[in-house]
Amino acid sequence: MNALALPTRRDEAWRYSDLDALATAWPAAAPELIIVRAGDSAAHVLLQDAPDDAVAIRDYRVEIAAGGSCGFHVLNIGGKLGRVTISVTLGEGAHFALHGAIIGGCEQTLEIVTTVHHAAPGATSEQVVRSVLAGRATGNYLGKIAVARDAQKTDASQSVKAMLLDRTATANAKPELEIYADDVKCAHGATVGELDKSALFYMASRGLDPATAQTLLLRAFVAGVFDGIADDAKRERFEAAALAKLEALA
Amino acid sequence: MLQITNLSNTVADKPILKGLSLTIQPGEIHAIMGPNGAGKSTLAYTLGGRPGYEVTGGTVTFQSNSVRPELVEGLSFSGDKREEKDGASTGSARTDVGAIDLLALDPHERAAAGLFLGFQYPVEIPGVSNLQFLRESLNSQRKARGEAPLSGGEFIKLAKEKAALLGMDMDMLKRPVNVGFSGGEKKRNEMVQMGILDPKLAILDETDSGLDIDALRIVGAGINAIMRKPDKAVLLITHYQRLLDYVKPDFVHVLAGGRIVKSGGPELALELEREGYAEVVAA
Repeated sequence: MNALALPTRRDEAWRYSDLDALATAWPAAAPELIIVRAGDSAAHVLLQDAPDDAVAIRDYRVEIAAGGSCGFHVLNIGGKLGRVTISVTLGEGAHFALHGAIIGGCEQTLEIVTTVHHAAPGATSEQVVRSVLAGRATGNYLGKIAVARDAQKTDASQSVKAMLLDRTATANAKPELEIYADDVKCAHGATVGELDKSALFYMASRGLDPATAQTLLLRAFVAGVFDGIADDAKRERFEAAALAKLEALA
Repeated sequence: MLQITNLSNTVADKPILKGLSLTIQPGEIHAIMGPNGAGKSTLAYTLGGRPGYEVTGGTVTFQSNSVRPELVEGLSFSGDKREEKDGASTGSARTDVGAIDLLALDPHERAAAGLFLGFQYPVEIPGVSNLQFLRESLNSQRKARGEAPLSGGEFIKLAKEKAALLGMDMDMLKRPVNVGFSGGEKKRNEMVQMGILDPKLAILDETDSGLDIDALRIVGAGINAIMRKPDKAVLLITHYQRLLDYVKPDFVHVLAGGRIVKSGGPELALELEREGYAEVVAA
């Protein structure tokens, strides 16, 4: 396959994407490489808040050597198509953690696509993604976990929760496990829901206007995703950007 | 304060209230009792404006002097009443100052106008602390009334005072709304909320259910302390007479088949307790 050929829907990783938007920005740039050396730890953050009509493709390749660890925080809120792909390879005893939030409205398509290769024994990975989708937006999380034959004692988890504010919004959550070892733990959970109507009435009965009530509930839903950002200023920037986007949806 | 005239409604297309009328004056406490399925909770939800509780007939007029009509969407004043408010008030018409069509308001606007609904089953809201919830609620109400928001310090002081009244510690107020609270704690929390929001009219739907004897006494004392005032009124919805030992009603009504079928003084509650609804309703 020609690497420059535009992906099609038959390509699993692009199945729910906005290929028309993608065509305007294709071919995408080569992936950004993040290398974590043995025993080191690294923290990365990505605030993807491209302008409304932009196509933002952010592609990462993360290689974590034995005993290394990498935390990645992603807030994906910008662009007509905002796509973040992260491909991780874990050495022995290495650790990878992704905490991501997708908040979209209008006609946005926002995606987080991950592949975590547990290539050696004893590595751990944790992924938490929360999506809030309004209007005709689409939010996708595709998470593949590949455990190599000798990667025993792998411990991998995925938790994906999406909240739909309108019946016209779409959430796709697709965990994909490919396990060749026999002594591993791979947990995955995905839910898609709507705001609790009885909570909204309860809040209204106390005088909260509908927009404020919705924002409070959504803040609580997304809360915690960015708790792990050690740098206070960065964490506050992510929280403020998430809140502003939530308020814009109300 | 509240005038309900011939109120009828449906819930999921099923008629529940069938021409209910009730008038509550400032300073009064009314108790509504009645058998299961009579429409008691439906009355509370309908007055609160819960979606799905469709009003099919009748009117509800609510007296609220504190609300600025131009700030509340959907608020309707009749012409002459408006003139009264503008200064030309005279004698008997005074009582109509600020009378609003409650049913025209959204639930949050009803709250801002001074209505409080105490829930039979208070809702849990994970991730939102009681304090944040109440501060946002109070300030949302104040904004609707054209009042300045309370600062964090002012609010904490108020919350502490009202929580103490109900024997609730501040740690509970910092926890997410009703999450992990026992039945009794939830009901006490409702009363703390009522104290902080300081409504004109409280409609309390089975606030006594799920309370043990001690909690019942605390909640009863709380209702009296917060609402037993000349310019406030309470509509207590209850199955049992026992709450009325602590909160003495001025009037007791029996709700059956979607209407008030009998009204009386406090002695009616005792009679109901003694003889049962069937006997009293039939009499």
